[in-house]
Amino acid sequence: MSDSHDHGKSAAPAAPHDSAAPTELGHDAHHNMLLGLYWGVGGGLLLATAFTVYLSYQDFGSRNANIMVGMMVATIKVGFVAAIFMHLKGEKWTIWKFLLFTMFFATGLFMLTWLHYADPIFGTSHNNH
Amino acid sequence: MQIPHEVTARPDTGLYNAKLGIWLFLASEVMLFGGLFSGYIFLRMGAEEGYWPHGLLNVPVGAMNTAILILSSVTVVLAWASLKMRKFAAYKLWMGISILCGAIFLIVKLAYEWPQKFEHFGAFIKQDALAKYEPMLGNRHVEEENKKPGHTKIDPRVEISGHLHEVEITADPAEKEKLEAFLHRHELEAKAEEHDAKLQVIEGKHLTPGVAEDLSKLPGVRLVAFQLALDPVNAAPDDAESDKPHFWYKGATEKIGKIEAEDVESWSAFVPKHSPYFAVYFTITGLHGLHVLAGVLIMLYFWLPIEGGANMFKRNPEHLANRVEVVGLFWHFVDLVWIFVFPIFYLL
Repeated sequence: MSDSHDHGKSAAPAAPHDSAAPTELGHDAHHNMLLGLYWGVGGGLLLATAFTVYLSYQDFGSRNANIMVGMMVATIKVGFVAAIFMHLKGEKWTIWKFLLFTMFFATGLFMLTWLHYADPIFGTSHNNH
Repeated sequence: MQIPHEVTARPDTGLYNAKLGIWLFLASEVMLFGGLFSGYIFLRMGAEEGYWPHGLLNVPVGAMNTAILILSSVTVVLAWASLKMRKFAAYKLWMGISILCGAIFLIVKLAYEWPQKFEHFGAFIKQDALAKYEPMLGNRHVEEENKKPGHTKIDPRVEISGHLHEVEITADPAEKEKLEAFLHRHELEAKAEEHDAKLQVIEGKHLTPGVAEDLSKLPGVRLVAFQLALDPVNAAPDDAESDKPHFWYKGATEKIGKIEAEDVESWSAFVPKHSPYFAVYFTITGLHGLHVLAGVLIMLYFWLPIEGGANMFKRNPEHLANRVEVVGLFWHFVDLVWIFVFPIFYLL
């Protein structure tokens, strides 16, 4: 099929969600905004890392509470990496479809671990031994 | 022959082949690391009190590696954007920085973080001998602190750790030659213990936990005691500073502690067999490190002026941009995994 032999053409970064987008340039403002977004998200992730370290030395009353807070910050960071750097924000539905399946099964995997400690079906609790 | 949709997207899905492929691969990677993180949760929740270490890892080094991966995530997406704008020099720069970041991450991990653990000694004390080692464990202090309301409970201390200084052994005279050969090979010295003629004290700068383990497996050799330069928590267990992990890593102190081998439940370096913590730590960081290595090698391939690599820019820049987008997606996933690895092992 067709290759794009457009070497030398000046092209704006294609819309992140559309790898087949036209590559003509002329959208300087748009592409500068995109590059600024990448740097901004990167800077935000660095600050969030420092914040995670800071939070880990705060006492939220129990270790489980500290873990919950740490994981929440990590999940937000991961959300930005996936949405902006991996271009999932606005990605094709084809990809979202099987990612939703993956999320479903990954959640199931974590639930199986949880089932060792709790029984949501019969409501019994695990007897430590 | 040109493969259909290798460069241009399929009209119905809007995706070119490699992009669909990498996302399917990443979906399988989510399940792979999901399984390992589930294992982590399972082991951590099942660990007895005191047997899941806190504050053992070097937080500034881990944070630096996190920052390096985040920076490389930015530069790899800039490398891709540069190709889309047909700016080859910028592509080479950003991709080069990404490769450098990945290499630094691996060097820090393999040349500093892991070897440090291979030389660190830890001994879990038997439950019925904990009181004997109270001056190094400080469990009475821990109990007193835990009576105070409104703060996270401190785990009881069951391990004494530090840098191995000497080991005391008894040796069968009939196996003397094998012992001497071993000591010579590892540049160790043996001297008679002052108060007990049967005992020999083995010392030397190459006395690591691994060497001590090999020594204990020699025929006729029986380990009697360990002497170690204690970690801060065991050197000053009643100090309030020992109750919480430190931000700055503090190595072993100069204070020497002695542990009788008969009081030890298990001992080793900080290696996978040390505890479920280090088993899952080395498994996850090891597999993650392999991913970093793979990412660095693939990015290097696309950076070098070779056919299929950077030379492709002259012939078909869009194809190269697609390839860089695919390795970029893989690289962001590697970063994404580390964003979880850092807090669960280093901080929480």
